[in-house]
Amino acid sequence: MEGLSRRYGAVVALDGLDLTVQPGELVALLGPSGCGKTTTLRLLAGLEDADAGTITVGGADVTRLPASRRDMGMVFQAYSLFPHMTVRQNVAFGLRLRRVSAAQRDRRAVEMLELVDLVSQADRYPHQISGGQQQRVALARALAIEPQVLLLDEPLSALDAKVRAQLRDQIRRIQLEVGITTLFVTHDQEEALAISDRVGVMQNGRLEQLAPPTDVYSRPATAFVAEFVGLTNRLPGTVSGSAVTVRGRDLPLVDVTTPPGPVTALVRPEAVTLAPDSSGGSGPLTGTVIASTFLGATSRVTVDLGDMTIMAQLSTADATEHPAGSRVTLTIRPDPVLVSADAPVESEA
Amino acid sequence: MAALTSVGEAPLAAPAKRPRGMQAGRRRRLNAFRYVVFTLFGLFFLLPLLALLRFSLEGSTLGTWSIAAWKQIASYQGPPPLLSAVEITLELAVLTSVVTLVLLVPTMIWIRLRVQWVSRAFEFLCLLPLTIPAIVLVVGLAPIYNRIRHYELSALMLFWAYVILALPYAYRALAAGLNAIDVKTLSEAARSLGARWFTVMFRVIAPNMWQAILNALLLSAALALGEFTIAYTLLYTNLQVEMYSISRNTPNASVLFSTSLAALVFAFVLLMVISYAGRRRRRGMR
Amino acid sequence: MAVTAQTGARPVRAGRRLRLPAWLGTTPFLAYAGIFLLLPTGIVVVDAFRTPSGALNLGSLKALFKSTDRGFFINSFELCLISSALGAVLGAVLAYAIASGNPDGAVRRLYIAVSGVLAQFGGVTLAFAFVVTIGPVGLLFHASWFYSFPWGIAVIYTYFQVPLMVLVFLPAIDGLKVQWREASENLGSSPWQYWRYVGGPLLWPAFAGACLLLFANALSAFATIVAWENQIAYVAPQQIYLAINSEVGLSNVNQADVLALGMIIMVAIIMTGYALLQRRAARWLR
Repeated sequence: MEGLSRRYGAVVALDGLDLTVQPGELVALLGPSGCGKTTTLRLLAGLEDADAGTITVGGADVTRLPASRRDMGMVFQAYSLFPHMTVRQNVAFGLRLRRVSAAQRDRRAVEMLELVDLVSQADRYPHQISGGQQQRVALARALAIEPQVLLLDEPLSALDAKVRAQLRDQIRRIQLEVGITTLFVTHDQEEALAISDRVGVMQNGRLEQLAPPTDVYSRPATAFVAEFVGLTNRLPGTVSGSAVTVRGRDLPLVDVTTPPGPVTALVRPEAVTLAPDSSGGSGPLTGTVIASTFLGATSRVTVDLGDMTIMAQLSTADATEHPAGSRVTLTIRPDPVLVSADAPVESEA
Repeated sequence: MAALTSVGEAPLAAPAKRPRGMQAGRRRRLNAFRYVVFTLFGLFFLLPLLALLRFSLEGSTLGTWSIAAWKQIASYQGPPPLLSAVEITLELAVLTSVVTLVLLVPTMIWIRLRVQWVSRAFEFLCLLPLTIPAIVLVVGLAPIYNRIRHYELSALMLFWAYVILALPYAYRALAAGLNAIDVKTLSEAARSLGARWFTVMFRVIAPNMWQAILNALLLSAALALGEFTIAYTLLYTNLQVEMYSISRNTPNASVLFSTSLAALVFAFVLLMVISYAGRRRRRGMR
Repeated sequence: MAVTAQTGARPVRAGRRLRLPAWLGTTPFLAYAGIFLLLPTGIVVVDAFRTPSGALNLGSLKALFKSTDRGFFINSFELCLISSALGAVLGAVLAYAIASGNPDGAVRRLYIAVSGVLAQFGGVTLAFAFVVTIGPVGLLFHASWFYSFPWGIAVIYTYFQVPLMVLVFLPAIDGLKVQWREASENLGSSPWQYWRYVGGPLLWPAFAGACLLLFANALSAFATIVAWENQIAYVAPQQIYLAINSEVGLSNVNQADVLALGMIIMVAIIMTGYALLQRRAARWLR
């Protein structure tokens, strides 16, 4: 996609988007509501028209092609299955449109249902199977026509948490097995980070960063990405030279050309470590633990420094050494940090 | 498998003023179709009404104009006099719509909340009057009304039958309203805060169905305004019966046309007002 | 979450009040419908089998098959068939035009209000309107073929069949989810294929059900006939009316009942068909 733009009246949904997806790759588009990720997907599918820009698939320009000829398979968020057809008929529908013989249709439908592990439900109707199963059927249906591209529009959003996790991994497994180029839209960062080859973080119709999940997480390109992906501490600091001074400590900057002055430094909770406060003092990085959230293998500890709070993420074993009420000293690991010119807000819990 | 690549094609020029593309074209064709349909049907519906208007403004000799017919709505003495019938029918409209709501709203909410297994049978009962011809119903109603007539009550007693006739329309309107809100969750939330069933029904659920309730109200009222068969067969006098009698005595009396048009326009305006009133309230609540 | 319920709410009364079964909440409605809907229907059915003196008499059923009455029923049938078909198709087109537009728009509200009103006024008012449009001194023209039965009357019936169709069928079209259309297209269908394999089959039960309703509605359109000047004695409802109100004697009440029974049977068939169709349609399009 190149230079893709779309407006609705005065609202700019997409502003000159450039995106290239490699063959067999799964790219996740991640962002808050209204950032344009669904619009991108729908433009790609041909369900909406672009105001400007081109879309090319496998070297061929499809910008002008109607949706029914674009050879892409799409899975919607909800309600995608035809309620008056059985699972089998749903999956075979695309083939029927292409005038494939009944025998071949059936064979292919069963093949697809085996891929998603739902052959036993082949003759049920959509209202007789669960939400997760419906989405799997939708996936089978989309793949049955052997499209060049697979598009998924928040397919897991309407499902229970447990089903979501299972289905997410299943989708990835199938995608790798079939080797199909895939674009996956979601607002859930966990999903995006877990299954994609590259993540595209979007905001206000623009792509903020397009990189593998680890890069997006540990080397965010912009303040927005740093704050949207994972949790962030926003700490006031001052830039001088090539470092920013945060609460008495100097941290290296990602962008060394930042002009000196007051900024907000974005520090990941994992970069913060705790130690019992032996100084008994009231240094800039001493405070009281006010909450500890158990997340399984790790725990998130919130420390009150008097004038603000900071989050630290530690292994649960370490976290239990600092229960609520204990005084601790914080250390910030000197990873390069991003800064943003926005004023710091009282950090979110 | 194919790749999505951005070939080195130059992006197209700045957005055109008129959206190009297949979806836009399809939208345009659809809109053209809609305009044609609305115009044709609009004419079809409008023509007789315009004719009514024209004739209601007819003067005593052909080709002249006068609004006498409209003034006559209040003053026509007959035989038979018109105004009393107008009054009775308006009262019937109010009575019918109120009773229909009082009967249906609590029952439907109650069924939705507590007795779902009955809803299929209930729906059947409510839709039954749509299929039973009024003329058949009245054959069975006659003995019952003979009993009522014993007490020499006015034509307002017709409302008993009118509510039945209004059931299908009111039911559909209210059912649509109930479907649009999550009745179960709302009631559970209210109950967990300590509300009794009565409170749940009338202070939690009903206010959320406001638009549907108004719709049902209006449809019932429109029914009462336009009903003829039952009133006529049971020998009561309402607006339509009256107009029929006038036409028997004085065919083509222009007051007939003005009254008909007035009734139609009145009902229509009422429905439109309600439709917009409902919308504004909904916006306010979001 | 181990949270103890420390809200300030009153504890839900358990055991302080009499525990009544929930379905009793529908009693008011049941009583009302029982008296004014089921009872009259029952009366008609039972009376059809009894002589004026009260004994059981199946002979009156033979009256149902008397040739003159049958002729009237056939006329009824033909008229209803034509007007329902016309009304259903035209109404479906209009409903589609309404549904494919802005859900909050003025046009939609306008046409729904128009439908709501006209569906009720299919009686005396309508007859007057048509008299002035195409009657002897009509505004538009004097169309003598309108007096030819059944086509002329069928067109008039269409005037209130179309609004009824819109009211009944619009919810079904609204129930077509946009995702189905998009999924279908994505899988490669043309618009025609979509309607053939997805949209059509989904709407079919609702359409058929609506047709049945229109048929029943036409069957009962007594009022229009009464007021339309020339066609008085051709249609069964008219017969029933005459039978009830003639001064000839009690025996005619029986004949009225029999004719009414005939109509009820037709209605029962229609309603059963409608109910069966509704079950499928409702599940898909809810």
